[in-house]
Amino acid sequence: MSVVTTTREAGSGLAPSALIVRSWKAPIAFAIFSVLGAVLFIALARGGDTTYRLSNDTDAIVLPSIVLPADATGIATVVLMAVIAVYAFVLVRGGSKVPLWLTTLFALLFLVGFLTWAAAGSTVPLVGLLAGALTVSTPLIFGSLGGVISERVGVVNIAIEGQLLAGAFVAALVATFTGSAIVGLLAAMLAGALVSAVLAVFAIKYLVDQVIVGVVLNVLVVGLTSFLYSTVMTGDPDLFNKPERFERIAIPLLSDIPVLGPILFNQTIIVYIMFALVPTVWFALFKTRWGLRLRSVGEHPKAADTVGINVRGTRFWNVLLAGLIVGGGGAFFTLAAIGSFTKEMTNGAGFIALAAVIFGQWNPIRATLAALLFGFATNLQSTLSIVGSPVPSEFMLMLPYLVTIFAVAGLVGFSRPPAASGKPYIKS
Amino acid sequence: MSDDTKNPTPAESTATAKAVHEQVVAHETGRDASEPPVPRSNQIVKEIFGGSAAISVLAVVLALVFGGILIVLTDETVAQTSAYFFSRPTDMLVAMWDAVAGAYSALFRGSVFNYLRADDLAVAIRPLTETLANATPLIAAGLGVALAFRVGLFNIGGRGQMLIAAAAAGYVGAYIPMPPVIHLIVALIIGLIGGALWGGLVGLLKARTGAHEVIVTIMLNYIAFYLVSFLLRTPGALQAPGQNNPKSGPILDTAQFPPLLGDQYNLNLGFILVIVATIYVWYLLNRSALGFRFRAVGENPNAARVAGIKVERVYVQVMLIAGALVGLAGVYQVLGNFTGGFASGLDASIGFDAITVALLGRSKPWGVFFAGILFGALKAGSYTMQASEGIPVDIVLVVQSFIVLFIAAPPLVRSIFRLPTPDPLFQWRTPKLARKAEVNQ
Repeated sequence: MSVVTTTREAGSGLAPSALIVRSWKAPIAFAIFSVLGAVLFIALARGGDTTYRLSNDTDAIVLPSIVLPADATGIATVVLMAVIAVYAFVLVRGGSKVPLWLTTLFALLFLVGFLTWAAAGSTVPLVGLLAGALTVSTPLIFGSLGGVISERVGVVNIAIEGQLLAGAFVAALVATFTGSAIVGLLAAMLAGALVSAVLAVFAIKYLVDQVIVGVVLNVLVVGLTSFLYSTVMTGDPDLFNKPERFERIAIPLLSDIPVLGPILFNQTIIVYIMFALVPTVWFALFKTRWGLRLRSVGEHPKAADTVGINVRGTRFWNVLLAGLIVGGGGAFFTLAAIGSFTKEMTNGAGFIALAAVIFGQWNPIRATLAALLFGFATNLQSTLSIVGSPVPSEFMLMLPYLVTIFAVAGLVGFSRPPAASGKPYIKS
Repeated sequence: MSDDTKNPTPAESTATAKAVHEQVVAHETGRDASEPPVPRSNQIVKEIFGGSAAISVLAVVLALVFGGILIVLTDETVAQTSAYFFSRPTDMLVAMWDAVAGAYSALFRGSVFNYLRADDLAVAIRPLTETLANATPLIAAGLGVALAFRVGLFNIGGRGQMLIAAAAAGYVGAYIPMPPVIHLIVALIIGLIGGALWGGLVGLLKARTGAHEVIVTIMLNYIAFYLVSFLLRTPGALQAPGQNNPKSGPILDTAQFPPLLGDQYNLNLGFILVIVATIYVWYLLNRSALGFRFRAVGENPNAARVAGIKVERVYVQVMLIAGALVGLAGVYQVLGNFTGGFASGLDASIGFDAITVALLGRSKPWGVFFAGILFGALKAGSYTMQASEGIPVDIVLVVQSFIVLFIAAPPLVRSIFRLPTPDPLFQWRTPKLARKAEVNQ
């Protein structure tokens, strides 16, 4: 508690400028991970070589595979990590902050060390691993963007899971009816907005607690989609559940870039929309009048009301917008990734997206990075289980949730939600 | 939305009245009006649970109507007859009536009394015992959620608490042989401790770091799920020896809940335990000093803190007890329900249903008890509905969530049934002083 309070005061400029707040979290975390690395990569060394395959034989430019000796790489990464930990310690002692690039470098080193150790003696298809991670992450990113908008305007969105599931269901149904994936995508967005509308009406008009509405909406959507799936879709799958899928569109030239090309530029249209959406949402939130109003409503609705902003209206329309975005992400399940609807197919993705919102500190870019990280962890688990890793897959799957608990508990980074998030505004 | 500005909703006028009340109090006591207000979550809990029983009944009726609409929309005979609706409309109306009447009579047969087998009483009353058996874990978990609600905490972590409790009790019950009776008691207590610790962790994080319990419980649900899944596929942990499935071995006879009415019914000791738990929660909340502190923190943590109650300690205490209560549901699932061995799906979404049970029961112990029986009946009846009418059991989820939505929004139910704003309720909510202040103005 005390740590969080001091950081907040320092951040808002309330603390006297002479006071230097030293946050020891980063060096301590670095030290813990260095020790963990030493135990895993050196003490429990597994021997053998790890091969990273960088390209497929069919690619335009074929890169040779990289072969790393597992034990030596482990020692090297641990030494480098220890150096960074000591450097961070010195930095904090000198009164400065640990820069983001150092944290990123540390995380990358740990990742390389971990991957080399876990996959020792076998081959890691790097392109497949990263492309798979992007596939897993896409609905998470849509979900977290919707979550960021909704929470920034002051409405807690626990119903991301329900919005994704509704989007997935409606996309499958409508795309099958119309034979057009685009129409399916649009319908999915409307479905997500419909769930959002219920959330908004109950939360803003009837002042029902937003968490309760969110939880109940998730159950409602699971119930409705499962009911309709069992009664309608399974009756005649060809008629109801065989949607037209989005084809992959390879962007000329860009898709030929080694490693990155096949991952980023040979994707379905939903992914390209996502590429455009992330910076757009960031720009709109922080650089436009709309974003300023949205954030002011979420931080201090009374002040916003005083200067003439319609608080309830702003909340209502932006929660709907969030639903549109999340619903579109739901379509990715049925129109791009899998190709048909199954019961409860989102399988907790909405909650991981919620975790990404919190871990990303209610910032679209950071939330996207968090979603990518969580998607990578999930996909790494499936890749490693094929390779035969010593880490039980359940622990990899647990990672996003564990990290989020650490984040909300203030042990890693620090999280401060928009001040009025979750609080209905009652005009007096 | 626009007419809101002209006609303030009841909640708004309540809020205005409350604001006035605060000003009056501030004026009279000479305190600054900017003292910290009661946290919103505490107010909401009070408002939701302050509603009348009529609203609950109407909400259930409305939800069943919506369920009926859904059944009609997906019924095949209705769809066929709708093709020639304009030439012979009665066909479709009859088909609609048949679909709904068939569904809800099957629900009744499956949950209360099987009148088709009225000749054999032992068979005919079996559905009622099924209802009580299905209600058992719902009541236990509902009590856990309700108790946390009374302190102003949202315990969404029923699933995790159930899983951990079940894993702990299941390990003792399946792999550690002990003499009869003692075995059952030890397994039960170990399970309750497991649930209590998993719940208490939430309280501890909330008390120490201020982490929001909703986020923490949601995340802990998944952590518990993967943890138990891992244990269930690890030989030497929970996995049955010599098996490849992620499933535990069968619970030893000595640790199983004994049946109450003979082996032909599923009703067992768990139901008695749940009655005891309900009485305990009633006693705790209404007669004990600890319960007084719980309610004080639930009403207004700031005031409670001023009165010398250690709010942080209360958060930990209530989550320990709530976790143990939800844990009882998990223990029931392994020692009373899935006695042949359990898998990671043992919670059967009871942890989430418990939230709806607690809301319907308005977080009062006996309210939760009867709400649990109602949802137990829906659950028991849904299987008959699926078997005889081909209606998927998921309809129960839909009906349940509609019930909660309607209960959570009394103004909506009132506007649908065109009920007047209930004055007694409104007055109950508005402090006397505030009303006086309004009159004076």
